Amino acid sequence: MDLEGQGRIQQVVGQAGTDNVIAVLGANSATAVEMTALTLKSGDPSYAGPLAGVSLGIPSYHILEPEIVEQIDPALYERELALSALAMDVDEVIAPMKSIRDGG
Amino acid sequence: MKLLGKRVLVIGERDGVNAPAIEACVKSAGAQVLYAETLCFV
Amino acid sequence: MTRFPVITAVANVLAHAPGLVRYGSKPLRDLARDPRLGGELAARLRGYEQAVAYAPNQVYLGSGEPETLRALPRPWFEHLDPEASGDGAFGDLIDEAELLGLLLWNDRARLVQLDAATLAGAREGLVRRGLITDREMERIAPTADDAIARSIASGEAIALWRAGRVVGSLQRGHEEDEALTANVLLENLAAKATAVLALRRLLRQVEARLEPDAVEFVIAGSEEAVGDRYQRGGGNLAKAIAEAAGLGRATGFDVKSFCASTLYAVVNAAALIHAGVFSRVVVVAGGSLAKLGMKYRAHVAKAMPILEDVLAGIAILIERGTDADPCVRLDTLGMHTVGTGSSQQAVVEALVMGPLGRAGCKLRDVDRYATEMHNPEVTEPAGSGDVPAGNYRLIAALGALRGEIARSEMPDFITAHGLPGYAPTQGHIASAVCYFAHALRAMRAGTMKRVLFMAKGSLFLGRMTESADGVSFLLEA
Repeated sequence: MDLEGQGRIQQVVGQAGTDNVIAVLGANSATAVEMTALTLKSGDPSYAGPLAGVSLGIPSYHILEPEIVEQIDPALYERELALSALAMDVDEVIAPMKSIRDGG
Repeated sequence: MKLLGKRVLVIGERDGVNAPAIEACVKSAGAQVLYAETLCFV
Repeated sequence: MTRFPVITAVANVLAHAPGLVRYGSKPLRDLARDPRLGGELAARLRGYEQAVAYAPNQVYLGSGEPETLRALPRPWFEHLDPEASGDGAFGDLIDEAELLGLLLWNDRARLVQLDAATLAGAREGLVRRGLITDREMERIAPTADDAIARSIASGEAIALWRAGRVVGSLQRGHEEDEALTANVLLENLAAKATAVLALRRLLRQVEARLEPDAVEFVIAGSEEAVGDRYQRGGGNLAKAIAEAAGLGRATGFDVKSFCASTLYAVVNAAALIHAGVFSRVVVVAGGSLAKLGMKYRAHVAKAMPILEDVLAGIAILIERGTDADPCVRLDTLGMHTVGTGSSQQAVVEALVMGPLGRAGCKLRDVDRYATEMHNPEVTEPAGSGDVPAGNYRLIAALGALRGEIARSEMPDFITAHGLPGYAPTQGHIASAVCYFAHALRAMRAGTMKRVLFMAKGSLFLGRMTESADGVSFLLEA
């Protein structure tokens, strides 16, 4: 995640707190979602952004993870997500998500 | 994990799923959106 | 009805700019926070020969087709071509001395200073290429080293580096104006200089049949913002470019839509010609200084050369319709309207199915799709994936959802109608227009009939809308 984005998120979370806060991501590459998820959970892994060393502990989900998709109205899914789901390798992209959420 | 009642940071990507699409989906499931941004990697 | 306006010539150019990488947006911000990064960055910059021998650059310059990259083993930066030349079929890859000389030559505000050795190298190269005459070079003169050093020490100028040495400087344009800082002016001048490079190359390409005065209008679509404190994005860099290229009969304007700017400029040029306003319009775009070294962190971390070390430029000549050249089918414009909305499916439908529907074509009737052609070797190490591949998968997926292609056929469709990415990550240049030269060549050779050009602009980055934008059209032989 770009460093500037981290700063704004830090601001939002600073005001709103982290209670009940999750992130939902939409990138189409596993590396991209991995980097974002790690940053929001345990701090910027590149140690360069505002969230370097800041452990927000915010869990990230990908919008195409089954446990998210099943909560979305099918008509809305068809309109907003179906094409992306067919275009990306969903299994590959969502693979890092659960272990980052559950990991230590 | 139930979206209902959650407060969401939406981070979309232009060529993946963008922020407006994610926002529409999570709101429909009862979540509140705190922050929404679409990233463009290039 | 007369045939739609045609593309008759294209120049694709590159300028090697390792010394300017430090002024790219990402490196500049990082170095301000931690100057020690400068050493790491400098250690991974590559030399001119390596930039020339790099296959994606050679593809951009026209020595081969993008498809040839599929057979070349990765990493491409380790499989260099020793025979490669900086004099490409579509244009030049100039070296850093030539680029710095071009900055000075295009400087109309007495901002740039350059030392004698660099200027001499620039003169030699640019004159040999036939891009600037000896007489034209006489307008500029070198500056002594101590004067250069003084301007930098005063804090009013930034240093221009080459091979680890300070060889020049660029002054700010005003002591208070944020739109005229030395960094902003460098960005604007770099865009101007590389656009002028492309335009001069284009004029050489057509000199046997056209005088410079034959060009009536220039439309620029690059990524800079030329202005001052009262109007940060005043624009019309096009006219400055036309002036520097000696187009005495032309004026022009700029078109802006983030990375879709250049493709929109082509639409605009064709429309003006089709309406009978002009007979001959050139579209130009210079390089993006801000995007130099955008992914440098990942390249340094993975012990790769910093691949984002080139500024790209393009010039496209558009003329009244003939039967001999490929035409811009203005009747097939794909538009991402306000009403299109933001769903990925709606966007791809608008930009792909829109034009095809209007032309009565199916997906497979299009020989190639020219989309976001960014070199994946630049983007993948940074976790940004393969951008053209991602776009081709969207097109193929839409074909599958609509029943035109079977899901199992998606990969073959992409191989047959898609292209590997090869363009430098110079935004607007990578957005479809970098393929005009290749399409023109193939259509003239009779090996292609129809190419869909589609560009996207990330308007949401400017925080005035959450929407993206895009435009597309068919180029047809």
